[in-house]
Amino acid sequence: MRRAVLLAVLMGAPLAAQDAMPPAPYAYRQLDDAAQEAEAQDLMETLRCLKCQSQSIADSDAPMAGDMRHQVRIRIAAGEDPAEVRGWLMDRYGDYVSYSPAMNVRTWPLFAVPGVLILIAAAVLFRRFRRAR
Amino acid sequence: MIAELGLAALWLAAALAFLQMAAGALALRAGPDSEIARLTRPGAVVQGALALVSFAALLYVFAVTDLSVALVAANSHSLKPWIYKVSGAWGNHEGSMLLWVTVMALAGGLIALVERRLPERTMQATLAAQGFVALGFYAFLLLSSNPFARLEPAAREGLGLNPLLQDIGLALHPPTLYLGYVGLSVAFSFAVGALLTRQVTPDFARVMRPWVLGAWIFLTLGITAGSYWAYYELGWGGWWFWDPVENASLMPWLAATALLHSVSVLASRDALRVWTIMLGVVAFSMSMVGTFLVRSGILTSVHAFAVDPERGSFILALLAIYIGGALLLFALRAATISEGERFSVASREGALVFNNVMLSGILAIVLLGTLYPLLTEAFGVRVSVGPPYFNPVSAIFAIPMFAVMAVGPLLRWRRDRWGRIGKQLALIAALLLAGLVLISMIGGIALLPLLGLAFALALGVASFLPLRGRRLARTPLATWGMVIAHFGIAVSLFGMASESAFSTERLAALEIGQATTVGPWQVELAAVGPQAGPNWTALAGQMVARYDGGNPVEIVPMARSFWAPPQQTSESVLVTRWNGQLYAVLGDAAEGGRWQVRLWWKPFVTFIWYGGGLIALGGMLSLIGRVAGDLKRRRVRRRARQRREDAEVPA
Repeated sequence: MRRAVLLAVLMGAPLAAQDAMPPAPYAYRQLDDAAQEAEAQDLMETLRCLKCQSQSIADSDAPMAGDMRHQVRIRIAAGEDPAEVRGWLMDRYGDYVSYSPAMNVRTWPLFAVPGVLILIAAAVLFRRFRRAR
Repeated sequence: MIAELGLAALWLAAALAFLQMAAGALALRAGPDSEIARLTRPGAVVQGALALVSFAALLYVFAVTDLSVALVAANSHSLKPWIYKVSGAWGNHEGSMLLWVTVMALAGGLIALVERRLPERTMQATLAAQGFVALGFYAFLLLSSNPFARLEPAAREGLGLNPLLQDIGLALHPPTLYLGYVGLSVAFSFAVGALLTRQVTPDFARVMRPWVLGAWIFLTLGITAGSYWAYYELGWGGWWFWDPVENASLMPWLAATALLHSVSVLASRDALRVWTIMLGVVAFSMSMVGTFLVRSGILTSVHAFAVDPERGSFILALLAIYIGGALLLFALRAATISEGERFSVASREGALVFNNVMLSGILAIVLLGTLYPLLTEAFGVRVSVGPPYFNPVSAIFAIPMFAVMAVGPLLRWRRDRWGRIGKQLALIAALLLAGLVLISMIGGIALLPLLGLAFALALGVASFLPLRGRRLARTPLATWGMVIAHFGIAVSLFGMASESAFSTERLAALEIGQATTVGPWQVELAAVGPQAGPNWTALAGQMVARYDGGNPVEIVPMARSFWAPPQQTSESVLVTRWNGQLYAVLGDAAEGGRWQVRLWWKPFVTFIWYGGGLIALGGMLSLIGRVAGDLKRRRVRRRARQRREDAEVPA
């Protein structure tokens, strides 16, 4: 194992070296407190694995997802709020990491359009049934 | 030789599609009995036959693994099991496009042969529209995705097929969806024909209905199977992730569901003419999005195996022509159709219109959430839209829809009084309330799963209420179809809500002989050892699982390594009980001779797919009922004509 890592480093393949390292402790280990684990799990399911295609970090075996799971679990275990953990990850990796888009300059249409759709639906139904009477 | 034959047949089929389009279009001016017009139907039939020849040639080169064909060399392998060699013919970009256009051409040939209920002018316009749609596919195949291109010199061995695709579910999944998309294209062709010749009539709706129903059944099956495939094959226990590719198959289904209900109203009540045409246009557009957007490589995701940005521009141009053309035609002609019969709010039509608006709302949300990240990415900003967005926002429209769905089938056509169905309304409301109160007493359940469970309960009972007071043996098949499909929605909703509310997960690093628990299950890791298959080797974990201390069940989840191409997959194992599934995955080796094990207990998760099956079954019953009725009517008409002729002879 150590020789493999050494070899990889010597050959200038830092990524492969990273893959060969054992995963972070809480990548595949649940928190002992069931309520905290449930909180962490809910959060992990809504964070994107940045190395995968359309997978949350909860669903991915990628090493980076494992590291992120570890971060989420130890932060939740330390008593951080899930929203704070999400915010911390979004500060590091950008909006892209969160499957739950936050309302801001770049995402407001995602929240405005459903409102407009409700109005349109109401207008369509109102016109339809007013004329019918 | 066979490959060249297939290519030649494809070119000829394209030429005939052009003929069919030109003849049908000229017939609009020259009249339905002109010489050019009479070419339309034979053109469609021969085009269907030629497309079939071309597809058969592709199947042949895949079956014999002809490695001088580039497509075979890129996607097949001589060691692959035979069934996956054949299914490999459509498990790739070019082959799936050829399958698409072949089914479309066969459908065109079929309607050209047998459909005589509409005015001839309308039929010719319909076939012209069909030729137009098919021509785009032929152009795409011949100009940018030739499935028969040769490789010089021939490859010595194929590059293999993605091992994820070596699965019977996935061999059948894309063609099922494609059959659905093709059905919607045929329905669209009818809509264009009716729109061009101003024949938006109940007759038109009756002709179009079986195609919409058939398409809807295939889409339902395709989505259900695709979801189950993702659930057991990808090994992370999820069954729907609002992934762009999943959404691309859901959107046509939503549009088809709305269209299906609208076309039924048009057929039996002569109402909702404009709605039906509009939904036909939308359903077609969504099926084009489903076909092409996935292929364009714009949506990169776990499902998009055919990623090829070079074809992207061709595909986007084709999409723009199809969808833009369809919308333009609708905009130009919609004003010439009158709305049809009127009805009041408290009527079955009223409920159907309400739910069609709700379905359209959900469709718009899914479209927005799917395309918005692409839009921002074009401007260099990456955002992710996932379950935390889609679930609550689509629920805004879905919750009222479930409520109206429970009540609508109880109402009479045209005009009804709420008072007449007061008792049933009270029952449904009571069930809903009781469900909400009782289930919230369990505690710890989020709002959406809670609503889902309560609505599933109310809707499950309500879906059978339309049968009350009917003699069951004499109830039409189509009514049974509706009841079963609506019940299927309730069953599926129950499964989804239950999975989300009650699932438990256990991650553990086990030594050999050590056990852990998940929900009511106790699972022991007995041994880990190597295993070999035809084109893979694996680490297999022998586990013994007991439900509630009951009889032991032996399960063997594996981590497989394929070598052509090299890829790791995890073969999860599912233990199905009536009340849910145990889901077991073997992970990597951990420190100290331990093994990572991932276990889930998912109560009632199977109901999601049972529900999907029931929905499709309801559609099938309805389709059989409708088609049998049509055939019976045709026989009666023919007999009446014969009798008339017999009576005229002696006179």
